[in-house]
Amino acid sequence: MGKQYETVIGLEVHVELATRTKIFCSCSTEFGKAPNTHTCPVCTGMPGALPVLNKQVVEYAMAIGLATNCEITKVCKFDRKNYFYPDNPQNYQISQLYLPIARNGYVEIETGGTKKKVRIHEMHMEEDAGKLIHDEWDDTSLVDYNRSGVPLVEIVSEPDMRSADEVIAYLEKLRMIIQYLGASDCKLQEGSMRADVNLSVREAGTEEFGTRTEMKNLNSFKAIARAIEGERERQIELLEEGKAVVQETRRWDDNKESSYAMRSKEDAQDYRYFPEPDLVPIVISGEWIEQIRARQPELQTEKMERYKKEFDIPEYDAKIITSSKHMADIFEAASAVCGKPKKVSNWLMVETLRLLKDRGMEPEEISFSPENLAKLVNLTESRAINSSVAKEVFEKIFAQDIDPEIYVEEHGLKTVNDEGALEEVIRKVIADNPKAVKDYHSGKEKALGALVGQTMKAMKGKADPGLVNQKLREMI
Amino acid sequence: MDITSLTAVELGKKIKAKELSVADAVKASLDQIDRVEKDVHSFVTIDREGAFRRADEVQKQIDSGSLDGPLAGVPVAVKDNMCTKGMLTTCSSKILENFKPTYTAEAVRNLEKAGAVIIGKTNMDEFAMGSTTETSYYGVTRNPWNLDHVPGGSSGGSCAAVAAEECPYSLGSDTGGSIRQPSSFCGVVGIKPTYGTVSRYGLIAYGSSLDQIGPIAKDVTDCAAVLTVIASHDPKDSTSIDRKRYDFTSALVNDVTGMRIGIPKDYFTEGLDAEVKEKILAAVRVLEERGAVVEEFDLSLVQYAIPAYYVIASAEASSNLSRFDGVKYGFRTEDYEGLHNMYKKTRSEGFGAEVKRRIILGSFVLSSGYYDAYYLKALRTKALIKQAFDKAFARYDVIAAPASPTTALELGHSLSDPMKMYLGDIYTVSVNLAGLPGISIPVGTDSKGLPIGMQLIGDCFEENKIIRAAYTLEQTRTYERPAFVKHLAEMKGNLSGGQGRRREGVQASFDTIHLEGGR
Repeated sequence: MGKQYETVIGLEVHVELATRTKIFCSCSTEFGKAPNTHTCPVCTGMPGALPVLNKQVVEYAMAIGLATNCEITKVCKFDRKNYFYPDNPQNYQISQLYLPIARNGYVEIETGGTKKKVRIHEMHMEEDAGKLIHDEWDDTSLVDYNRSGVPLVEIVSEPDMRSADEVIAYLEKLRMIIQYLGASDCKLQEGSMRADVNLSVREAGTEEFGTRTEMKNLNSFKAIARAIEGERERQIELLEEGKAVVQETRRWDDNKESSYAMRSKEDAQDYRYFPEPDLVPIVISGEWIEQIRARQPELQTEKMERYKKEFDIPEYDAKIITSSKHMADIFEAASAVCGKPKKVSNWLMVETLRLLKDRGMEPEEISFSPENLAKLVNLTESRAINSSVAKEVFEKIFAQDIDPEIYVEEHGLKTVNDEGALEEVIRKVIADNPKAVKDYHSGKEKALGALVGQTMKAMKGKADPGLVNQKLREMI
Repeated sequence: MDITSLTAVELGKKIKAKELSVADAVKASLDQIDRVEKDVHSFVTIDREGAFRRADEVQKQIDSGSLDGPLAGVPVAVKDNMCTKGMLTTCSSKILENFKPTYTAEAVRNLEKAGAVIIGKTNMDEFAMGSTTETSYYGVTRNPWNLDHVPGGSSGGSCAAVAAEECPYSLGSDTGGSIRQPSSFCGVVGIKPTYGTVSRYGLIAYGSSLDQIGPIAKDVTDCAAVLTVIASHDPKDSTSIDRKRYDFTSALVNDVTGMRIGIPKDYFTEGLDAEVKEKILAAVRVLEERGAVVEEFDLSLVQYAIPAYYVIASAEASSNLSRFDGVKYGFRTEDYEGLHNMYKKTRSEGFGAEVKRRIILGSFVLSSGYYDAYYLKALRTKALIKQAFDKAFARYDVIAAPASPTTALELGHSLSDPMKMYLGDIYTVSVNLAGLPGISIPVGTDSKGLPIGMQLIGDCFEENKIIRAAYTLEQTRTYERPAFVKHLAEMKGNLSGGQGRRREGVQASFDTIHLEGGR
């Protein structure tokens, strides 16, 4: 066994903000429309066009800054980052270098029962670039500027993370905060949240940082975890062989589970940053900050505490439900409709989590309406359907968001509460099963179970098992 | 009636009074263009059809009473760095040789709303970089006062067009003196407003923190009327300022009693042509006689204005001009291999030498390791220059200065020595660095018969003071026309017969002049 190494990781996280319009013009930010349909002179870099800042971008950035314990910069400015690339219509990106909107924050993460603070160095606002489409067949490239000018924040952490688990915990925490704020949907696969990993290794116990590399193109938590492991191994191997780690930007190929160098520090571009003369400084008053603070929605920790107190939900359940803003929203809405929060919680904790796991889905992908879940709770609680029917109906709700009342009606799944009909069936069951009746009378309690089963079968599952049990005992 | 000799406001009155139709005004301008353009070459684009079509529309609106402003129906020429929807907008550069904007600049839209008829786009130094209009890709513009001389720049085409009476007024832009200096060279009046007064939306940027659009005309009255129309608070331009009041014509008052005028001693030293100095000081004495209080003072920091200006303007330009890359619009080189080769060849072939010089200079001062030494230092100098003006305006209402150290230079002598050309901007660039308003008005001619312009500088938002001083001064003089224009006007009078003979006459007068022609 050779030397022990420690991994040191810092993250640059880009988050696309959920504004209706772009950062510097009034074009829609809507995703997936025909190329170059959400464009104007500003976001296509036409000569003479000028940017005008979208106030909502500043307010979302302030909200994220406050929720991550940052100091808000009272006078912040935009700068131009100059580089030539066709997805960038002006050949400069409007970003923030010298006076970013927020600095010196932190978030608390938990891994393996240990809590830890990950510090945030700074957060800045900037515009996204367009999208290049390469036509290999024709050997040409086309550009779509629909995404050009979509607002982003970049959150730069300090190198405070030491493992892939901590990185994932940090990203999940950021994602949860930002989703709770409604500032972004933070979908890694769709690119509305993107993370670049800065990683170095050093011998355990040393103070000095090793040479770091920056890893790009990480589209999922799994890819991030694999890339961290791969890069850690690669750097340790180099050091063990007595070679130096080169400071460079690398691109992760998740299919090959390996990375390759994109550019080294020597090729690093000089972005010639300078203050954006087309925009005026943003002056953020204490009053404005307080307005945003007052408007901050309830975040996860507060929500969890409230669930425990207000709804008497166990801590574990409250934590799971609130870990996704979407699930928490469903919980609250459904509880409000049916007035039975504990029952709603049970459906989310048991059946919903099971189905999510079976289908490899994230809680954000839950697509049923809280109203339909509430109706299902009411149907079960009023004993209109029994529990096995309820499970079957819930699967339909989960998959297709069906209305359970209509579904139960149409499929004749309602429990038959007509006692006369039930008694008639029981009489027939007793008459048809003399042996079981005899066994029961001779003290074999088990025999009753068989009779209940026969009755349920005859009722096509639509009877309340408790009631069947009771009636049988009376009538036998 | 000699329509082209009228000022914009006079012409507007006659149109309103139905003494003239809008089409008559347009035709008069286009006829004059036919007469002089081959010698003066003020225009890159002349839109004959569009102008007549627009004249019909405007005439209908005037007749129906929906348009009754002072500029309704009056033709205008627009500098070719302002976007005009569907009309070629080249910045006098090859790289935009085929560029037709999809929208119209806000200042031009304001003019259109007031009933202006655009007859064409005027020549300029390429991307407004130059002081002579010789850096245009489409050939030089000549000074109507002497066709062997430059009209100044970069708004040389706009100033020459007014002096040659091809249009009653025009729009120019001023980043370091580009309205005031050519106005002085061409014997016309030009105003550079306070930064933020006229929207820059649609003005193709050179130095964004310095650029302002302004009017150029035969007299102060026209300039005030045009400024009143083009100035507006535009939410599309973040640097546009809401001034609440946009009335500059109320300042047309013939009275400077008690007005305090400062003469910066540092502007009247070595390097200033003796004749220019004499005529400007004489004009100041006229204002003094009319009741102004004149005093000399030290402005200070004058020697730092040019280096600070060229660092800031070039830095911004290097970034502003990076969008011209052959990808989206404009010129693209014919043969290339791959993206970077396309960029390089397009920009190498598409930009002229002066533009390249400033892009290289600007890229250098912004590059890592030099930013603090050059760009930041220039920004600090800019702040100090603003302070020096603040101090001066605590004591004076108006500062009187030259617009240029000399009168119009001869063609072909400036570009070989760029440093010397840059130094010619010494009296104008500080005004842009400090965001101040400035006006240039004619105060006579030198011994060669070339116009001399005086610059009046005001504090921020104090256009009305410089307009008032300029107007008062103007009342003591009569408008002078270039000999060439006067001659043409006389010929029009004498030879009111055949068109052919008239044109023949014009040609005969100038066939001794060697024409360099466009490339």
